[in-house]
Amino acid sequence: MGNVASINQTGTGIRLPNFCNLGIMLRSLVVVNLLVAAAAVVRAQRLATAGLEFVLLAAFAEPVLIVSLLALCGARRWLHSLGYARSIAMVAVFELALSWAAWRAVGSLFVDYAGGSFPRLAALVLFATAVTLAYFDLRSRALAPAIADARIQALQARIRPHFLYNSINAVISLIRSEPRRAERALEDMADLFRVLMSENRTLAPIAEEVELARQYLAIESLRLGERLRVSWRIDAMPGDALVPPLVLQPLVENAVYHGIEPSPEGGEVSIDVRRDGPQLVMTLVNPVAAGARSPAGNRMAIANIRERLQLHFDAEASMKSEVDDGSYRVTIRMPYLTPPA
Amino acid sequence: MTLARSEVPRILIADDEAPARQRLRDLLDECRERFPLTVVDEARSGREVLDVLNREKVDIVLLDIRMPEIDGMEAARHIAGMPNPPAIIFTTAFDSYAINAFEVNAIDYLLKPIRLERLLAALTKVRAAAPPSRQALDAAANQPRRHLSVHERGKIHLVPVAEILYLRAELKYVTVRTVEREYLVEESLTTLEEEFGDAFVRVHRNCLVARQAVAGFARNADESESGWAVVIKGTGEKLPVSRRQHHVVKQFR
Repeated sequence: MGNVASINQTGTGIRLPNFCNLGIMLRSLVVVNLLVAAAAVVRAQRLATAGLEFVLLAAFAEPVLIVSLLALCGARRWLHSLGYARSIAMVAVFELALSWAAWRAVGSLFVDYAGGSFPRLAALVLFATAVTLAYFDLRSRALAPAIADARIQALQARIRPHFLYNSINAVISLIRSEPRRAERALEDMADLFRVLMSENRTLAPIAEEVELARQYLAIESLRLGERLRVSWRIDAMPGDALVPPLVLQPLVENAVYHGIEPSPEGGEVSIDVRRDGPQLVMTLVNPVAAGARSPAGNRMAIANIRERLQLHFDAEASMKSEVDDGSYRVTIRMPYLTPPA
Repeated sequence: MTLARSEVPRILIADDEAPARQRLRDLLDECRERFPLTVVDEARSGREVLDVLNREKVDIVLLDIRMPEIDGMEAARHIAGMPNPPAIIFTTAFDSYAINAFEVNAIDYLLKPIRLERLLAALTKVRAAAPPSRQALDAAANQPRRHLSVHERGKIHLVPVAEILYLRAELKYVTVRTVEREYLVEESLTTLEEEFGDAFVRVHRNCLVARQAVAGFARNADESESGWAVVIKGTGEKLPVSRRQHHVVKQFR
């Protein structure tokens, strides 16, 4: 079954901040010291003595704070691996243990300074921890849409350099013998790269995606000749359906790279796009070449498209890939959307 | 490779893409004025390269790296084991991994699209330079071959590694056993173990058995120091397990 795990659009990847980051450290110092200052004002009877209270509180708070930041920086990978909720619990437990140790130490150093009971101190420490973490949580939520946008940009499928240079090589070889075919190929390449290099944030009609994939396949068939056979099944395709840009071409490129190129005889790539009630369904099938190369690149392209689908449609889109009977099949389902009239 | 100055080098073009082969033919035609040459043939895969080499005398192979079935890297490793190997000029469009490996191991290559001047320079240079060593090619490929090459009567014969039952060292050679027959290769068991160690298991100082060829183990007190012999799938042969490798028996249980 395909992975339909949702990435919450606003809470995308909320997790503990990276405490090794200097900015995060500074922000933590400021937030906690503001809390300490507030506590000092509350404890002092008059504003004039608040300064002294602050120093006394700081003598306890600063070592705890600095040790905490260093520990959180050191343990960040482990904490991230726990997940958000459990990592927060761990931080709270750690802060309590640390403040208990500090309370014992400060109590023995300053005999005349009544640090108060530990439960009271523990409540304050938990409060400061909660406020700091809540602040970072809110901050990363506020930044999340910008991050998601940046991620869509970064995830925008990039064409393999291998394809670029091989295509140029193929076109060069055609210039003498078949100048018209060479012209055509360069025009296709220009169209392809225009789309690849533009900022594709918004959804585009599926008909444009299909045209792009056709142009890509036309270029590839220059190189691969009869080894590359393509079968389109798009009679039932609603051409105006909106899809994330560059959702089809990378899949086709994958199919050629992993399914056709490694085989001396080549094979057939079949592409099927149709509407299924409220959904648009794309299916792409290619042969699995015997002794195909490592599928690492393949997984990356698939993961890339999957993530973009989730950023665009959240849990309403799904993508599954399966190998059966010597063929590799990718199926994408997404909501059938049409442009506003 | 040593080429007498007067000889016209015989060149083999190897690339799976027709336009790429055509392009090289065009370029080689243009080279002729300054660098007399003959194009012997074209090959579309590493296997075809070795077939041509079995048939024809070839001095220089223009060898694409990415080809189906047997790629250029593996073909080059088999070629390097030939008695009088042709010189190799690798060609590649873009393959950051291969390029990096070539740089590290000081192997020359040409980037596609290939320029006439670069090709000429490479052809001129290759006549004088020593071909890349087997060690350098192995290091650059950084993955096991899919075949072992057996040289019989001046011809290369490929044995798929997946079909090998066991490898046994004897004196100068290693015997390669498949279900059908035995071959001799001039490689050391140690280097073969390094290359294919994952798929094979050492049962004796002189013997590596393919993991998938182990049918089971049998008691064999007479010939074997450990008292065990490994039974080979398909042929039913029993090979002694040494005392030092006795743990292998347990590993398979």
